[in-house]
Amino acid sequence: MDYPLRSTPRPFSLLLYPTMIYLNLFITFFKIGLFTFGGGYAMISLIQTEIVVNKQWIDAATFTDIVAISQMTPGPIGINSATYVGYTVTGNVWGSALATFAVCLPSFIIILLIALLYKQFKQNRWFNAALKGIKPVVVGLIASAAILLVTPDNFVDWKSWALFGGAFVATWWGKKSPITIIIVAGLLGLLLY
Amino acid sequence: MNIYLQLFSSFAKIGAFTIGGGYAMIPLIQREVVERKKWLDKEEFLDVLAISQSAPGILIINISIFIGEKMRGVKGSIVSALGSALPSFIMILVIAYFFENYKDNEIVARIFQGIRPAVVALIAVPLITLSKSANLNIYTSFIPIITVLLIVLLGISPIWIILSGALLGLFHFYFTRR
Repeated sequence: MDYPLRSTPRPFSLLLYPTMIYLNLFITFFKIGLFTFGGGYAMISLIQTEIVVNKQWIDAATFTDIVAISQMTPGPIGINSATYVGYTVTGNVWGSALATFAVCLPSFIIILLIALLYKQFKQNRWFNAALKGIKPVVVGLIASAAILLVTPDNFVDWKSWALFGGAFVATWWGKKSPITIIIVAGLLGLLLY
Repeated sequence: MNIYLQLFSSFAKIGAFTIGGGYAMIPLIQREVVERKKWLDKEEFLDVLAISQSAPGILIINISIFIGEKMRGVKGSIVSALGSALPSFIMILVIAYFFENYKDNEIVARIFQGIRPAVVALIAVPLITLSKSANLNIYTSFIPIITVLLIVLLGISPIWIILSGALLGLFHFYFTRR
């Protein structure tokens, strides 16, 4: 498969050298693992800005499909998207394995360090202060993820907006599970399009 | 049963049976690790949970690394993390293989045309609960707004914004601590 390049060529970009795709994949998912605070949805926005907007390895519609598949299958969304993106970018299992390993590696380093310094860490006021500053940023990150996914591919007509509204209401007021929402939306898609 | 095998199978079970990830997993982990295996008591589990939530990365991976480390050091942590990641890894790999070949199929395309806007709604809904738990006030509610503008309009990487948020938190603490 060929490797999509950014619209403006950068001669020193690792992407110009196909063998370097693995290194690039590793660095990207390592960064995602290192900077995800605040759970799966915050990770969605990081993965999206790095992989869809920055590297352009996959388009927004494909990314939305990955999120849908992740919501319907067991396991954390971080692992699911690393595995999926690793596969689509390299076309083989090793890309998947590498991306998944890379997204978990920061956790290893940090959790093992914390386990060593357990007592000091538990009541570290400086660390908690930094986390307090990150919390409102995470709200913005998730909002951006939602906004950036409102693309012409994802929202083709008014029916898309009706589906969006219906899913929003059913999740927020109806307290329906993501799986139910996705299955019903899929069936409606089959009927409407 | 060998303790490594136990760690692996316990976390593989959790990884294989919790759909959606994240917070849905916590009660399952607690039942398995605290009540069934008795590896930790409830208090220790809450500590592990608190630290795993504040550390960066994937929650279940953090928890399994932490518990694995408590049980059998670094080796234990590798086995546990592998256990929790492997079921979804295999499943997604199989799905990716088929989906890449079938996504241009007309029926699949129609189904996903309906699913995509719903997914955007699924991401937007947690914003409401999250902004409540972040205790936003007149001053701090500017932070998410600026974040959105920087990311959506200027294409700035979230990494820089997260680092700035952390710095802001530290400054605020430094100047208001006494």
